[in-house]
Amino acid sequence: MSHSQTEKQSAIRNPQSAFDVAVIGAGIVGAACAYELAQAGLSVVVIESDVIGGGATAAGMGHIVVMDDSEAQFALTRLSQQLWQALLPALPRTVEYETCGTLWVAADEEEIQEVRRKQTFYQARGVAAETLDAKQLAEAEPNLREGLAGALLVNEDAVSYPPCAALWLLERAQALGAVLQQGQRVVALERDGVRLVDGSRVVANQIVNAAGSWSPELTPGIAVKKRKGHLVITDRYPGFVQHQLVELGYLKSAHSLTTDSVAFNVQPRATGQLLIGSSRQYDDESREVNTAMLQRMLKRAVEYMPRLAKLSTLRVWTGFRAATPDKLPLIGLAKENLWLATGHEGLGITTSLGTARLLADQICGRASAIPVEPYLPSRYSK
Amino acid sequence: MFERFDTDILVIGAGPAGLAAAACCAAESGKRVIVLDDNFGAGGNIWRGEAAQPRSSSAKVWFARVRQAQLEIHSGTRVFQQPAPACLLAETQAGVREYRYRKLILATGARERFLPFPGWTLPNVMGAGALQALVKNGLPIAGKRVVVAGSGPLLLAVAAYLKQQGAQVLLIAEQAARKQLLPFAAAVLRSPAKVVQGLKLKTELAFVPYRTSCWAVAASGEKFLQRVQIQCGSSTIAYDCDYLACGFHLVPNLEMAELLGCAVQASRVSVNEWQQTSVAEVYAAGEITGIGGLELSLAEGQIAGYAAVDQPEPARRLFAERAKQQRFADALNRAFALRDELRSLPRGETLACRCEDVTFEQLRQYPDWRSAKLHTRCGMGACQGRICGAALEVLLGWGASSIRPPVFPVRVESLMCDVTTNNE
Amino acid sequence: MTDNITLFINYERLTVPAGTSVAVAVLRANVTTLRRSVSGEPRAPLCGMGICFECRVTINGAAHARSCQIVCEPDMRVTTDD
Repeated sequence: MSHSQTEKQSAIRNPQSAFDVAVIGAGIVGAACAYELAQAGLSVVVIESDVIGGGATAAGMGHIVVMDDSEAQFALTRLSQQLWQALLPALPRTVEYETCGTLWVAADEEEIQEVRRKQTFYQARGVAAETLDAKQLAEAEPNLREGLAGALLVNEDAVSYPPCAALWLLERAQALGAVLQQGQRVVALERDGVRLVDGSRVVANQIVNAAGSWSPELTPGIAVKKRKGHLVITDRYPGFVQHQLVELGYLKSAHSLTTDSVAFNVQPRATGQLLIGSSRQYDDESREVNTAMLQRMLKRAVEYMPRLAKLSTLRVWTGFRAATPDKLPLIGLAKENLWLATGHEGLGITTSLGTARLLADQICGRASAIPVEPYLPSRYSK
Repeated sequence: MFERFDTDILVIGAGPAGLAAAACCAAESGKRVIVLDDNFGAGGNIWRGEAAQPRSSSAKVWFARVRQAQLEIHSGTRVFQQPAPACLLAETQAGVREYRYRKLILATGARERFLPFPGWTLPNVMGAGALQALVKNGLPIAGKRVVVAGSGPLLLAVAAYLKQQGAQVLLIAEQAARKQLLPFAAAVLRSPAKVVQGLKLKTELAFVPYRTSCWAVAASGEKFLQRVQIQCGSSTIAYDCDYLACGFHLVPNLEMAELLGCAVQASRVSVNEWQQTSVAEVYAAGEITGIGGLELSLAEGQIAGYAAVDQPEPARRLFAERAKQQRFADALNRAFALRDELRSLPRGETLACRCEDVTFEQLRQYPDWRSAKLHTRCGMGACQGRICGAALEVLLGWGASSIRPPVFPVRVESLMCDVTTNNE
Repeated sequence: MTDNITLFINYERLTVPAGTSVAVAVLRANVTTLRRSVSGEPRAPLCGMGICFECRVTINGAAHARSCQIVCEPDMRVTTDD
């Protein structure tokens, strides 16, 4: 069907016909890149060793959010969110895009000051944001515990189901002629293409490493580290939570470069199920659920939302974020004809579209809507 | 509420295999034995509801031994995680229990296999064992019209039971062909005990049509079942009825064994002659070592029980019985193999996954189980793929994927339970 | 055991023999739909042994209770999707 068996064969057996670009990885970032590049008229092959959207894409919250950690992070998330909004009419139901908004929950007066600072920041940049006091927060989310100080409501933030978003983006790319090469790992990046596990080669003029937490295996030395996370999904409780809920401490958790941390983060799915996160760990490379981390994460969640304790959970799973030291992704040229589109940490779903746009701009020599310097891989080789 | 238990032997499953194992452990050795079970009463499926009033002779014998051994049976207790070696966490309605053990005997039994067909999700379409379980739990069945269908000797036992309870059993539709069943009939005839059982069933089912090479192709009704279409050879016959009890043999409940890392081959937990699995302190008995029925479960349970308390002699004395029952089980499994026609029963709009309402048409777009799961959420619902997984293995040849805790849905607060500090 | 239990199925009083499961009590109350599936289909018990999750009802305010694995208790308040 959409897996283009015959085109796959010819890509391998006919090394004379080089693709313009080979994108490694069909997670949401790779899929988005393939779509942008195909729209730019380039011939694209996407190489995925496993299931489409099966890496960090399948372990993320699917949050489409603006962040104010830095001007560069804001610019990229804001651009990306606008690109998602432009796509919205075309997105199928399976992507489950819901503009439910984010509530950044403040536990005390100090955090309310932070809420006000964020509100000012967002409003100055054209992002709708309002401060809710304790009473308004309780009305908006009655299942949150008593005694919270308030929250920042960012109305345009949304949630989605990322594996289907990645699949849809890839299918859009294929409709424009992109080819999917699925089922084999890339073992080496070469001057004129990539080599697969069975020894065959895919020939391409440009190579994009969008392999997420595996990207340093393909391009050694890049500043990407694995950062393990846990996720829990509950049975259906429609109406239990209305908005994506995040504690302000989430930012401290995401910021830390070395320690393991948890932060309260609950999201309502279109199905009525609740996604509960979040945890961050370096140095645990096992896919297995880390019981101690899981307990910490759930305890934190129940502190903010006591009635979560009685809800039925269906599954627990893990994933690896690709983290960089300055919390900004790598989008641009690594060397020669090798490009990077990786290092998105916990913002890959949101910034997949902005990443793809900026990458395509650079490959095609177009001007970008936002400055690209903060994301260039070369910032790490100075 | 958090409770901690420390035991020499922990048995999971209070069906025949588990009770036999536990009784042998406790009676012979004076060691502490605890039996856990998910149901609210002991007996598993075959002896459901018989703990207080056993009906069959084997149930009478074994429940008497259970009482004599003064076994600790924890009902309504559901294991979900192994937080540390030789330690299991289980959930009850009231809270969480931690069990520390020296030896573990898995006797988690089997569940029915359901194969989708148009209308299979209607209320009052259920498994054969399922209808029997509900009737044992108090469902009135007198005067109700029942069609029993699917495959396996369970259909006969269920039909006989229902008839005894006053149901009007209209038909037993066995999908296997008559000639396929003959070797099984021969195996029955070789065993006097089974001949007696068989004759008893024949008498009880005297006026109930038993048709081979027949299977349900569609169920219909407004809000619940009203009619079933049965295909027999080249003709389709409609039956107006109140219940369709339809199950296609049994699949073992392997999730606990997989969680513990026991080697599993061809849907059986691999065990040596002592019923010991690949994990030294873990034994397995009953349907999880291969579907084989009551007598085999009892033999294996006893062997596991004696082996777990280092009593090789009484265990060895049961090897011959086990071997004999194993041969019978092999004949049984061959006889009731599923026919190809069953694979083409579902239509595009027939649901493959009942938890997430995923149709076959949606599933067929994906090359394998993992991508289908991720993109349609088939198998990601409350049953954790137990119902659809067994069906898709037959229908699409899709193998199951790996096990992760919780192996059963549990409350958030149960996952938060911290065993090291004994806190919630 | 000849004791009876009285409980409430969708706000209607029902008396059943002690030891009856909640699933059976619901069926005895002539309620044929225990839950509505995600696409709105009526559902009732399939496996009878706590594995299929089709028998989920709300008991005393707690949703997603597997009624075939729970025995009736006096004054239980059981509600189904319909």
